Amino acid sequence: MTRLPEVATSTSPWAVHLARIEAIRAEVPGIATYTLQFEDPDVAAAYRFEPGQFNMVYLPGFGESAISVSSDPAEPNRVLHTVRTVGNVTQALAGMQVGDQIALRGPFGTPWPIESCCGMDVVIATGGVGLAPLRPVIYHIMRHREEYGRVFLLYGARTSRDLLYTDEYARWEESNIEIEVTVDLGDPEWRGHVGVVPMLFYRLHLQAEKSCILTCGPEIMMRFVIFEALARQVAPRNIHLSMERNMNCGVGFCGHCQLGPKFVCKDGPVFTYEQM
Amino acid sequence: MTSGRLPIGSYVRIEKPSLQAILERLGRLGYRTIGPQVVDGAIVYAGLESVNQLPVGWIDHQDGGTYRLEHREDAGWFDYVVGPQSLKNYLFPSEQTVLEGQRVDGKWQLHSPQWAGEPLAVVGVRSCEIKALAIQDRVFLEGPYVDPAYKARRENLFVLGVNCRRAAATCFCHSMRAGPGLNSGYDLGLTELDDCFVLEVGTKRGGDMATATDWTPCSLDQMRQAVARVRQVKESMRRRSEEAISSDGSPRGRHLETAELRELLLDNLEHPRWDEIAKRCLACANCTMVCPTCFCSSVDDVTDLLGEKVRRRRVWSSCFSAEHSQMSAGPVRQSPKARYRQWLVHKLATWWDQFDSTGCVGCGRCITWCPVGIDLTEEVAAIRGEQA
Repeated sequence: MTRLPEVATSTSPWAVHLARIEAIRAEVPGIATYTLQFEDPDVAAAYRFEPGQFNMVYLPGFGESAISVSSDPAEPNRVLHTVRTVGNVTQALAGMQVGDQIALRGPFGTPWPIESCCGMDVVIATGGVGLAPLRPVIYHIMRHREEYGRVFLLYGARTSRDLLYTDEYARWEESNIEIEVTVDLGDPEWRGHVGVVPMLFYRLHLQAEKSCILTCGPEIMMRFVIFEALARQVAPRNIHLSMERNMNCGVGFCGHCQLGPKFVCKDGPVFTYEQM
Repeated sequence: MTSGRLPIGSYVRIEKPSLQAILERLGRLGYRTIGPQVVDGAIVYAGLESVNQLPVGWIDHQDGGTYRLEHREDAGWFDYVVGPQSLKNYLFPSEQTVLEGQRVDGKWQLHSPQWAGEPLAVVGVRSCEIKALAIQDRVFLEGPYVDPAYKARRENLFVLGVNCRRAAATCFCHSMRAGPGLNSGYDLGLTELDDCFVLEVGTKRGGDMATATDWTPCSLDQMRQAVARVRQVKESMRRRSEEAISSDGSPRGRHLETAELRELLLDNLEHPRWDEIAKRCLACANCTMVCPTCFCSSVDDVTDLLGEKVRRRRVWSSCFSAEHSQMSAGPVRQSPKARYRQWLVHKLATWWDQFDSTGCVGCGRCITWCPVGIDLTEEVAAIRGEQA
């Protein structure tokens, strides 16, 4: 399962690549998407990532933060990171402007199993900023739509104002992605579901043997997504989740992100439920 | 005496002061040499120019939370065992720059430091230390990513090993198959006899160095004595760990039963003993600092006041701190219980999953340097349901 990116052992795992912020898009309160362009054209030309992988985003003087790539893997020289402001580094990033310089290391970690899900129905169950690492999967499916069966996106956020990428939903639906959205707290304008993401499973007629589940979000949400999937007889090997832990080095040296025998940074972040 | 190189596997006899000739040759070849010395009441590694600096005649008394040196007329050159430092301090130092740079005209220039490893020779390395080195090699060299600083130092390391002829009460290398005798991974290996050293050549480099001495062929009797010395220590460690009370009033020896150890710990993550340990554990991280295999670190930024110069440095960190597992919602391992369990289960169980090896070499440092004397062998025995 664990598939690692090819690594040139001659280069330092600490070496970074400078990048310029090309665009900043305020998504929802506290979350923005940064479009990055590598300064070195050779680096830009060689850079590839797979859906679900992350970069260590470095702001000199502040530090690094592990952030998943939220853009289309078919356009790897235009790297997008959707970032929620939570700590020192993301706070500093929130204060930056177009044209400013940051640095990246990566990509690191295991990708979503877009190949082994071929021919299957795909259920993407995600909450909050957890949609960001799954957007590359959606883009990949849209480009290879015929390779997948039914595709569902079950997405939830605290309120309707916290839903990410709402202007893209129509385009996703055109690609025959069936979207169910829920919010924890309704408001007078909201006409959709109110409640937690796992409840959206009751909207589906899941064919368990040919379905794979991709989930990313708060651990409590993922736990109940997994319960719902298991209750519908989805095999544990077909349930994939992206874990979050304190990642300091990204390459399995620093020990911070250990979860039992796993280094979340290099053995994950994407695991099957079977592995967990 | 002949010139040229002594072949790998040869055993020769040298006079004890002849060790000086090896130090001198190492120096001529550009090695910085370190060896055991008494500093501030403990035996640590320090720059070694002369064999006269070695702590000849000193022995150490170690037990849970206790370390004392004693000078004894009958003690040999290497009859103390391991102190608070290990080779980790040199190959994976507590602070390492991993990236540096400056901002020029508003633009950052960031680059990796030079990874050149200064040739380092270490005298008096014990078998448990060499085993720990092999374990750190798996972490830093043998995975998908290679640590360039560790690699540079590792490739320039010369190891002059010593067979232990005495064990501290905290030593349990015999349980971890890590000693007390040298097994592999050394350039030269010493066994101290009453009137001489038996020197074993472990590598070509070692063979080159050995010719600097006044070596003479080793008699069969001397070889037998050297082998017997190690066997005697191993036997005495075993005996001492089985005795309820030692005959001479010295502390009981340690033993760690390793059969099904991984399964034992993973099956007992909710054992009441963890709560009991947590009442004593101060979460001070001493055990992880002295452990020769613990590899956790944190990278942070050091800047000048203007924020125009930056250095990313990797410093040792520990799973005993709350920050270690810090996430936006707070630390994953909130209690000392969770942190001690993480440490011990990782060291003895999940290390196998990660590196196909144990993380423990039985050096006993974590027992000696624990301020409250928590003894992992006792804790494991308690979880196993044995009388500690």
